[in-house]
This record gives sequence, structure tokens and C-alpha cells, in this order.
Amino acid sequence: MPQLEVNDIHTSYGLSQVLFGITLDVEEGEIVSLVGRNGVGKTTTMRSIMGLTKPSQGSVKFEGKEIAGLAAHQISKLGIGFVPEERRIFPDLTVWENLDIARRPAPAGREAWDEERVYTLFPDLKEIPDRPGGVLSGGQQQMLTIARSLMGNPRLLLLDEPSEGLAPKVVENVRDQVKLLKESGLTIILAEQNLGFILYLSDKVHILEKGEVKWSGTGAALKADKSIVEQYLTV
Amino acid sequence: MLDLIREFSPGLAILLTNPQFAFIQLLNSISQGMNLFIIAAGLSLIFGVLKVINFAHGVFYMFGAYVVHTVFMDWGAPFWVGAIASALALGVIAAIIERTLFRQIYEAEHLMQLLLTFAIVLIMGDLAKVIWGTEQYSVSYPASLKGATDLGITFYPSYRLMLCIIGPLILIALYWFAERTRWGRMTKAATQDREMLAALGINVPLIYTSVFILGSALAGFGGALAAPFSSPVPGMDATLIVECFVIVIVGGLGSLWGTFVGALLYGLVFNFGSVIYPNGQDVFAYLLLLVVLLIRPWGLYGKPEAGGH
Repeated sequence: MPQLEVNDIHTSYGLSQVLFGITLDVEEGEIVSLVGRNGVGKTTTMRSIMGLTKPSQGSVKFEGKEIAGLAAHQISKLGIGFVPEERRIFPDLTVWENLDIARRPAPAGREAWDEERVYTLFPDLKEIPDRPGGVLSGGQQQMLTIARSLMGNPRLLLLDEPSEGLAPKVVENVRDQVKLLKESGLTIILAEQNLGFILYLSDKVHILEKGEVKWSGTGAALKADKSIVEQYLTV
Repeated sequence: MLDLIREFSPGLAILLTNPQFAFIQLLNSISQGMNLFIIAAGLSLIFGVLKVINFAHGVFYMFGAYVVHTVFMDWGAPFWVGAIASALALGVIAAIIERTLFRQIYEAEHLMQLLLTFAIVLIMGDLAKVIWGTEQYSVSYPASLKGATDLGITFYPSYRLMLCIIGPLILIALYWFAERTRWGRMTKAATQDREMLAALGINVPLIYTSVFILGSALAGFGGALAAPFSSPVPGMDATLIVECFVIVIVGGLGSLWGTFVGALLYGLVFNFGSVIYPNGQDVFAYLLLLVVLLIRPWGLYGKPEAGGH
């Protein structure tokens, strides 16, 4: 059974419909990428899974349990973490406080995330636990927002455009850290525009256009077929 | 020179020549300010987190004064049991109001919120008349604080002295809650990005309820403390809510420290104002408000509102 089953979800913001029947499965331990230009529905797909914008129809099952319609905090507690594109660090809280408020015990039988383990993955954060979130650099914020989600010990992480706005060197860092997360057993759904980032990490890729999945395949298949990239991804 | 001052304001002349009198006025200012701080802190806290301006806060204060009368005077329980009962009663009322009514209006425009809280003022005001009638009650001072305390230069009523001490204690307690506890940090995070907080697994509506309970309990507690000198009576909430608004606007809405400073300033301006110019004691508080609004429209310790909201 897939860990996450998204089946034919339709989602709107008020009168403007963004998703027109997205269907995808995610197996435990995979990195699945959602790819496409701006505005095709990658973020909305994540918000629908997370319960931040509820789908008007369709179903979302996490580990066999229907979660469409639950409140975001309930979905989070079931084991889904969300790392938003805008990072959304609490600016008046320090780095440590940002981590601490997201703290939740790990499910039995899993190695728990705490400050120490998070600092091992993101050594930069260890140096600045008392710095307010509002004054961090873009790279530090990106690390903190991932670290913060990890403190809740999710089994599935929704990672929205982690490379956006970061210097190439920092993008490489984040990429390697995401790889380490996958190796730790975490399932990841990744929305990205950076093709190198996607091809390096993804087990499966779904290409979105106008709120629908237009192409699905492995990272290798995408790499092999230049025409797909041209059709759906180049501006 | 002194004659000239005396002619202009006899009160000012006494203040300048009689340090004992001036000291008593200072303590009056602080004790009144601290009583108001306890109440206004609740109003400010609720606005800071829920973003709702709760006009019913004054009615909560009035209920607090009535409850302490019932528990202390009618049932014969100790005064402090009555004061705690006031806080608890308002906490329960607040929980019901938040869950059933406030929850519907967080996303609504300010006018709707205003109408709702004003409706609560009218309903609870009439409810108070049904329960307690329209007479004015007198509430005794607690036995241990009936007399006056010798401060060296002067004697001062012990009860009012207690207010001067309990205000800063509540400031410290609230500050500790806000800055040193995880609950306080979650509350702060809820004011910054409630959706993100929910995505991290935190039950934001529960935080809202608990903040509303705490803020309203402060109104009830403050009402109980005010009862011995303000004597519970219908309509007592009307002046109080205006005083609280002056304080939180002067201090900066949502700022705890600002509310504390605003309450002290209010006490000083009100008391010294009424000594210097007895016919216009209310004018000075509004002048304070006017000056602050002209110089810093967001209040002494508030933050200017970011554009776009």
C-alpha cells in the first residue's frame, strides 16, 4: 500500500479553481517530485494534502487513513510535515524557539529528531540558537524551516521549492541534506523548478500543467527525454 | 510667585509646598494605574493575539465586581477567595463566548466584530441587572488590609498599597508566561503566522481560547480588586472601558509593557490633573491620548502597522 494516495483532488481558492483532478501515489521512503512552471498547482497540491486549503472533492489517504477534511494541525500530528516555499520562520522567535515549538515525540521504533540531531544535519544552526528568526540569511532560513518541520518527527515531508532564492553553493548543501533525509527513511514530496535538483534526488517525477498531472515517470526517464522538458518546463 | 500659582490653582500650590500631599497623590496615581493595568493587560493581550477589540471587556470587569460581592459579602468567604472566584467565573464565561461566538468572527471585518462585542455588552449588562438588580452594593475591604500602613513620611491605606504591589507582580507573571514558557512562545507565533503554526501540529484555536480566558480572567480579577472602592453598580463598565482604551492606545495595542506604562501615565495624569484643575479631571487623560496619537499613532511601545493589511 502506498504511504500517501492522492486521488482526483479538486481545489479552489474562492472562485478560482487551481487543481482539476490530481492523482498520485507515494511509496514510503521515496522522493517524489512535482514539477512545472509557476502557477500549475504544485503548492496547492501540497496545501491540499496538508489541509491548509481543503480540496472540494477527491480523497487524500495517508497510511490508509482518509485525511482530506481534517484540520492542518491534526494532519501534522498524523506525521506529515510541511516546509513552505516562503519558509515562514517566526521572526520574533529565536532559532531555538522556532525549533522548540514544533517539537513532538517520535513514533515508536524511529530515531527521534531533537536539537542535537537537527544541528548535526545543519551545523550552521548550532552556532546561532539565540538569533531571532527575522534576521537570518535566506540559506539559514531554509535550513531552519526544514529543521523545524523535522522536530515534529514527520514520516512524510512536503518540501516546497527549497532551492528558490538561494546561492548555487547553498543549493548544493540543501540538496545533499535532502538526500541524507531520504537515506534516514523519510518520504519526501518535492516541488521544484531547478531541474538539476530534481534529477539528482527524485525517484519519481510528476509534471503538472493547469492543475493536472500531464506526465509521470522516473527521474531517469525524464532525463532521457529532452522533448518533455522542452514541452512542459522551459519558459 | 506662589501667590500667583495659588490663584491659578490652589491644588498645585499645595503640591509644591507639601511633599507629603504630593507623595500621597503619587501613590494614588500608582494604585489606580495598577488596578487599571490588570484589566487593560487582558484587553491588550486579547487584541494582540485574537486581533479582536473586545468592547465587552468592561462588562467582564463589572461581573468581576459583582461576583466578589456575592462570594465575599453574601456568602462570607474570604475576600481573596472571592477575587479568585471572579477570575474563574469570567474565565468560564469567556470560554463559552469564545467557543460559541468569537470563533465565528475572526475572519470577519472589524465592524462585525465590533457589533458582536457590543451586543455582548448589552446582553451581559441586562443579565447583571437580572441577577444583581440595579442597586449599588458596598464591598468591604479585606480584614487584613483595612487599616493604613506607616511609610515613614505618611500613612497610606494598606489596600491601595497592595494594589501598587500586585500590579507589578502581575506584569512579571505575564511577562514570564509570554517569554519563558512554550505556551507563551506559541502564542507569540500565533500572532505572526497562525497557518504555519497549525501546519506544525499546534491547535491554534485552543491557543485562542486560552488567551481569551486569561485576558477575561484578568478583567474579572481587576473588577474584584476595584470593588471595595468602586462599589458594583450597573453602568460601572462604561467609564472603565474608555479608560482601558485610552491606556492600551497610549501604550500601544498588544504591548504588555506599553500597557503597564500607559496605565501608570493614566493614573498620574488623572490624579495630578484633578488636584491641579479639579473641574476638568477627565480632560487630562484625553489630552494624553491626543498627544500620543499625534506623535506616535501606534502608541508608545506599539509597532507601526505594516502596510497592506
